[in-house]
Amino acid sequence: MIIKRVLRTLRHPRHPESSAMIRFRYLTVLVVLGWFTLNQIGTAFPEPYRPTDDAQVLERLSFKASDPIAREFEVLRNDLRRNPSNLASAVKLATRYIEQGRAEGDPRFLGQAQAVLSPWWNEPAPPPAALLLRATIRQNAHEFDQALTDLDQVLGLQPTNAQAWLTKASILQVQARYDDARRACQRLARLAASHVLLGCLSDIAGVTGQSEKGQELLRQTLANPALSGRERIWIATMSAETAARTGAIREAEQYFGEAFKVGIKDQYLLSAYADYLLDQRRYEGVISLLQSETRADGLLLRLTLAERALQMPSADHHQAELAARFAASRERRTTVHVREEARFTLALLRDTQRALPLAQANWSVQREPADARILLECALADKNRAAAQPVLDWLNRNHVEDFRLRQLAKQIQDTTF
Amino acid sequence: MRTLLVIAWLLLSLPAWAHKPSDSYLSLAVQRDHIEGQWDIALRDLDNAIGLDSDGSGEITWGEVRNKHDEIVSYALSHLDLSAGEQPCKAQVLEQLIDHHTDGAYSVLRFRSECEGPIDRLRADYRLLFDIDAQHKGLLRLTQGGQTITAIFSRDSPAQEFSVAERSRWTESMQFIREGTWHIWLGFDHVLFLLALLLPAVLVRVEGHWQAVTDFSAVWWNVIKIVTAFTLAHSLTLSLAALDVVRLPSRLVESTIAASVVLAGLGNLFPMMTSRRWMIAFGFGLIHGFGFAAVLTDLGLPQNSLLLSLISFNVGVEIGQLAIVAAFLPLAYALRRSWSYPRLVLAGGSLAVIAIALVWFTERAFDLQLFPL
Repeated sequence: MIIKRVLRTLRHPRHPESSAMIRFRYLTVLVVLGWFTLNQIGTAFPEPYRPTDDAQVLERLSFKASDPIAREFEVLRNDLRRNPSNLASAVKLATRYIEQGRAEGDPRFLGQAQAVLSPWWNEPAPPPAALLLRATIRQNAHEFDQALTDLDQVLGLQPTNAQAWLTKASILQVQARYDDARRACQRLARLAASHVLLGCLSDIAGVTGQSEKGQELLRQTLANPALSGRERIWIATMSAETAARTGAIREAEQYFGEAFKVGIKDQYLLSAYADYLLDQRRYEGVISLLQSETRADGLLLRLTLAERALQMPSADHHQAELAARFAASRERRTTVHVREEARFTLALLRDTQRALPLAQANWSVQREPADARILLECALADKNRAAAQPVLDWLNRNHVEDFRLRQLAKQIQDTTF
Repeated sequence: MRTLLVIAWLLLSLPAWAHKPSDSYLSLAVQRDHIEGQWDIALRDLDNAIGLDSDGSGEITWGEVRNKHDEIVSYALSHLDLSAGEQPCKAQVLEQLIDHHTDGAYSVLRFRSECEGPIDRLRADYRLLFDIDAQHKGLLRLTQGGQTITAIFSRDSPAQEFSVAERSRWTESMQFIREGTWHIWLGFDHVLFLLALLLPAVLVRVEGHWQAVTDFSAVWWNVIKIVTAFTLAHSLTLSLAALDVVRLPSRLVESTIAASVVLAGLGNLFPMMTSRRWMIAFGFGLIHGFGFAAVLTDLGLPQNSLLLSLISFNVGVEIGQLAIVAAFLPLAYALRRSWSYPRLVLAGGSLAVIAIALVWFTERAFDLQLFPL
């Protein structure tokens, strides 16, 4: 309507002066309208900018200067600054950094722990305490073989180091070397509290066909009131996952409930419960669980999967965010996120051709049920039975109890590609 | 110790980290005897290194960053040494901005590093943050002669050397032609300016009305005049700026370019100098040339073939420009008699051009981000 009138006045300037005024007025209206329309479109490329407001908050830190935890770090850092070559202070600070990294899911703290240990890092034979932390940091970077070498070096010097045996057992389990892992666990028998031994053994039992025995042991452990909060979460989550794998849904729900009751926020628990809910198609549950957990890539991935299933508009934005994060990881050539990236590529991007090699690369590094699952799903989607073979072998060799993996395996074997 | 026991077990199964480890992003564009650089460093990392959260609130504000500007600059510059051959280059930070990467806000330092003579071997010695965060990495993008090299600085490889300008003249000049052509296509403001000037070329103004031009030769000359004037003007200023004879602040250049697009659009709605549009093309072409020069600088001008690259880039710009004319002109000529051409195409098109350019102008002139990121 407005356009028509503008055009008419543009065409028939009968009264030169007044029509110029009208023309100008309509022009202004149109320009403003156009301007607002364009405002909705948005620019594709964000650029560096100069904020206009001094009060604008650009970044939120992990803690305030007045938080007790900040003070604690300050004390530890000052200790080390006074005497940078003091191993005891360095180990204390590095240990704190690793714990903090775990609690926040922030890998920067691991880099800081490594920096604190730098006087010993490149020595041919670092002291056992430094070696142990180096193994933990390397294990986190998925440098499993190097971490195992470090641990063996520690155990050569200190055969009764419980921490080293437990870390070794956990790496061996991730590598699917279950017999070795079990042997490492058994060394904990006289070295650590009984629930640590039980947790270690039951986790292995859960995937190697002895879940019933494992669950029974864990049940007894959970009854122990002396468990610390984190330990209770660890054991309850493990029980819940084992129960879910064997199809004991009600039991799994109970164990998850027990883990949440502790009241400590735990990234692993959140992701395990989200996976459980996704499998039950309880997408609303995932969304209310993870709505505010967009910082951790793994949790954002699960949130986005639920949003996609419910066809929520926020899924697009979250998917783009995830794509940017995986791209940023690739740019720095870090390969810690491959399991998540394979799942993202398959389930959200639906690019089976790219997802399968990712899942295969991941399987060559870590072999837990979740790694097996993503590789089977990719192989099925890509109609590639050969790619699934390593997982099928792993399933049969170890008598893995996981009804979803069994279903997928059956599907792959029954389908004629 | 007991907690760590369990943590060691759980660390393995962490569902991916909250963000990536610490990185900084360093871009260097190598010119004849100096380097134009941009360095994005995470505010969280700077806070770890020199402390930004002055009021201890757990939040870093722009005010806190601004107050620490000098400390940030001296911390950053003391952890990066650039040298050409054996001669160290002296860096100076021009401005500090803010940008957001996937893991949070970054301080963006734009700097210029002056080297003693022409650069043919560049050595970069990067030491940022390795003492605080051993997993920190510096991601480098080095551009020179239109070619980009990427590299990663880490604690194990903090110093790296790059030989610059070892490609044949032919590949180099082809690269610049390609970049020039692309820039005209991607630099939407130049396209709009040119289109705004060309829109009325198939019409003629008779007694306050637009009428279709009857013969093609008039149209042809009209277009030739406009395109030539624009080309001459921007080539002139592009050369002056690329050779460092004249330097204008980029904000002035970019906002004037936006203003020129607005004016070109307005000129179509309120026709005053219909027959002398080539003069507008020439006048504003001068300022567009400075805009091209900024792109050329980002590409990194090779020192030993400065003139060749300059000419190649310009040739590329002209190719892109001619492609636009070649696509536009036959269409406009065919449609010129239709009812819709003066109404929808000319008036509507000009209005759209004005609206877009006004947004650019406000953003550039007042340094605003009108579109939320």
